[in-house]
Amino acid sequence: MNTQLLIQLLVNGLVVGTLYGVVAMSFVLIYKATQVVNFAQGELLLIGAWVCWWLLTKYQVPFYLGMPITLVFMFLFGIAIQVVILRPMVGEPIISVIMVTIALSTVFSALMKWIFGVNLQPFPRVFTTQNVNILGLQVQTVYLMSLAVSLAMMVGMAWFFRLSKYGLAMRATAFNQQVAQSLGISVKSVFAMAWAISATVSAVAGVVVAVVNGVSAGLSAYGVKVFPAAILGGLDSVGGAVLGGIIIGLLENFAHFLDSEYLHWGNLYEIAPFYALIIILMIKPYGLFGTKDIERV
Amino acid sequence: MATQTLIPAGDFRTTYAADTTVFPTRTSRNAMIVGIILICFAPHVLNEYTLSLLIQIGIFGIAALGLNIVVGFTGQISIGHAAFFGFGAFTSAYLSNRFGIPVFFCIPLAGVVTAAVGLIFGLPAARLKGLYLAIATLAAQYILLDFFARAEWFTGGSVPASAEPFSIFGYSLRGDKKYFYVVLAYVIVCYLLVTNLIRSRDGRALVAVRDHYLSAEIMGINLTKYRTLSFGLAAFFAGVGGALYAHYNQVVSNEGFGIDRSIIFLAMIIIGGIGSVMGTLMGTAFMVLLPESMEWLSVALRDSPIDQFLGLKNNIAFLREMAIGIIIIIFLVFEPDGLAHRWRRIKAYWKLYPFSH
Repeated sequence: MNTQLLIQLLVNGLVVGTLYGVVAMSFVLIYKATQVVNFAQGELLLIGAWVCWWLLTKYQVPFYLGMPITLVFMFLFGIAIQVVILRPMVGEPIISVIMVTIALSTVFSALMKWIFGVNLQPFPRVFTTQNVNILGLQVQTVYLMSLAVSLAMMVGMAWFFRLSKYGLAMRATAFNQQVAQSLGISVKSVFAMAWAISATVSAVAGVVVAVVNGVSAGLSAYGVKVFPAAILGGLDSVGGAVLGGIIIGLLENFAHFLDSEYLHWGNLYEIAPFYALIIILMIKPYGLFGTKDIERV
Repeated sequence: MATQTLIPAGDFRTTYAADTTVFPTRTSRNAMIVGIILICFAPHVLNEYTLSLLIQIGIFGIAALGLNIVVGFTGQISIGHAAFFGFGAFTSAYLSNRFGIPVFFCIPLAGVVTAAVGLIFGLPAARLKGLYLAIATLAAQYILLDFFARAEWFTGGSVPASAEPFSIFGYSLRGDKKYFYVVLAYVIVCYLLVTNLIRSRDGRALVAVRDHYLSAEIMGINLTKYRTLSFGLAAFFAGVGGALYAHYNQVVSNEGFGIDRSIIFLAMIIIGGIGSVMGTLMGTAFMVLLPESMEWLSVALRDSPIDQFLGLKNNIAFLREMAIGIIIIIFLVFEPDGLAHRWRRIKAYWKLYPFSH
C-alpha cells in the first residue's frame, strides 16, 4: 500500500472538496432562496475565471485590483440573469425553470468558447513561492490559498446568514415567501441578491481553480459535481453543502487511489460521484441535513 | 392531446368512442393520408441533402417522441435521453454483428433491450419526483456514457462499432433514397402507437399522474408502475430511434450521445409542444433545421463586415450551440406551449377569417 500517494490524494481531495463545498454552497443558496435548481452554476465559475484572466493578461491589471473588479462584475451579472431571465419564470412549472437554466448553461459555455477559444490558458503567477513544506509534505502554495479562501468564504457565508440583517431577510424568504413579503421584505430584491451573491462566490471559486489549473472550458465540470455534493448534504442546507462537497472531493480522490493501486479500471474518479449520487437518492433523498418533508412517492 | 382542437358550435360528440378518435374530423384524417402519400414521392423529387435532413427529422422525431411520453404526458423530467438513444444504437449494432440477427429484427429488439435499461434507471422515478428525478437522470446520463467508453466488448471502445445496412428478405436497402422509406414506416408506426397509447386506459393513467398524482393515486392508479412504465416506454422509443440512427450511418462512435444531445432532445419537445404528439415532429424539424440555417446564415454573411468582426466561419459550432440555448429560452418565455399551440392558433384564425370576433 502506497501511503505517501494516499495521503497526497487525500490532501488533494480535501482541497478540491472544499472548493466543491463552496460551489455547492452557492448552488444551495439559489435553491434555498428562489427554489430554482441552477444547472448553470459551473458556467458562473467559468465566466468569473475568464473575466479575471482577461483583466490580468490583456490589461495587465494587478491581481489585487483585478479580483475585486471581477467580483463586482459577477455581482451585477448575477442580478442581470435573475432580473432578465429568471424573473419572468416565477410561477412556471419546475421543468420550465430547469430547462431555462440548462439553456443558460449552453449559451454561456458556447459564448465563452467563442470569445476565449477552447484551449487551456495558463493563469498569470500570483504567488512567488511555489511550495510550502508542512509536516514533511510538499504542499503547493496555491492549494493553501485555495483552502484559506474556501474557509473564508464559508465563514463569511455563515456570518451573513446568522448575523446580518439581509441574511435574516433571505432566510425568512426561504422559509415562507408570503409571510416574508407581508413583513416588509422585498422578495424581488432578495431573489436578485441570492443570484448576485451566488455568482460572486462561484466566481471566487472559479478564479481559485484557474490559479491552480489554468482556465479552460472544462472548468464548468465543477457545476456538475455540485449535484452529488448538494444532494449528499441536503438540497436546502448550506452547511450540508459544504460537508457534502468535502466528502465528494475525498471520495473522488479515494476512488482514484483505489483505481490506480488495485483496480486499474481507469477514470473511476470521474464517475464515482455519480454512483454515489444514485445511491444517496435511493437511500436518503433528502441528504444528511436537508429538510425531511420532501415527499416520498 | 391529439383531440384538443377547436370544434365548431353544434358539433357534438355523442359517444365516448367518437370523442377519442385518432383524428377529430374526417378532413384531418384525409389530409394526413394525402400528406403521407405525397411524402412517399420525396426521394424522387428532393436532392440527397434535403432527403438526409428528412431522415434525421424522422429518426430524432421517434426518440423525441419517447421523451415526450416521460416529460409531456407523465410530467417527469429526464435529462439523460441521449444516453438511451446511444444505447439503442450500440445494442442494434451489437446484436447484428455478434449474433447475426437480421437488421429488420434488430431494431425493435434494440428498442426492447433499451426499454429494460430504461426501467432500471426509471426505478428512482418510483420514489423521487421533480428536480430530484432530474438529477438522478443526469447521473444516469454520465453513468451510461462511462459504460460506453468502458465496455469494449459491447461498443468497441475507442474504435467505432460498425453497423450492417438495413435489409429485408435478403434485399439490402442501401442509400438515403431507400432508407427513407424505412424511417418513414417507423415514424408512422411509432406516432400511431403513441397516439393510440394516449387515448387508451394506460395513456389516461399517465396523464392523470402528470396532472395530479395524489388524485391519481386515490383513483386507484399505481403511481410506481406508471412512472416506471413511462421511463421504459421513453427508453423503448429512444432505442428504436438510436437503432435506426446506427443503421443509417452504418457506424456507431462513442460521440454524439452526451448531455448536449439530451438538451437538444428536450429542446425538441419544448419547441414542439410538451404533451403534443404532432408537435414533437414539428419541434424535431425545427431543431434539425436550426443548425443548418446557422450554416446558411454564415455562408450568406461570408466576407461581410459582420463576418469579419465575429469570425462566424470558424466559430459556427459555438454559434449553433448558442442558438439552441437562446431558442429554448425564447420559447419558454414567450411560447411555453410550443409550435403545436401556435399552429392551432393559426388554424383557428383562418377558420373564422375574416370575422375572427
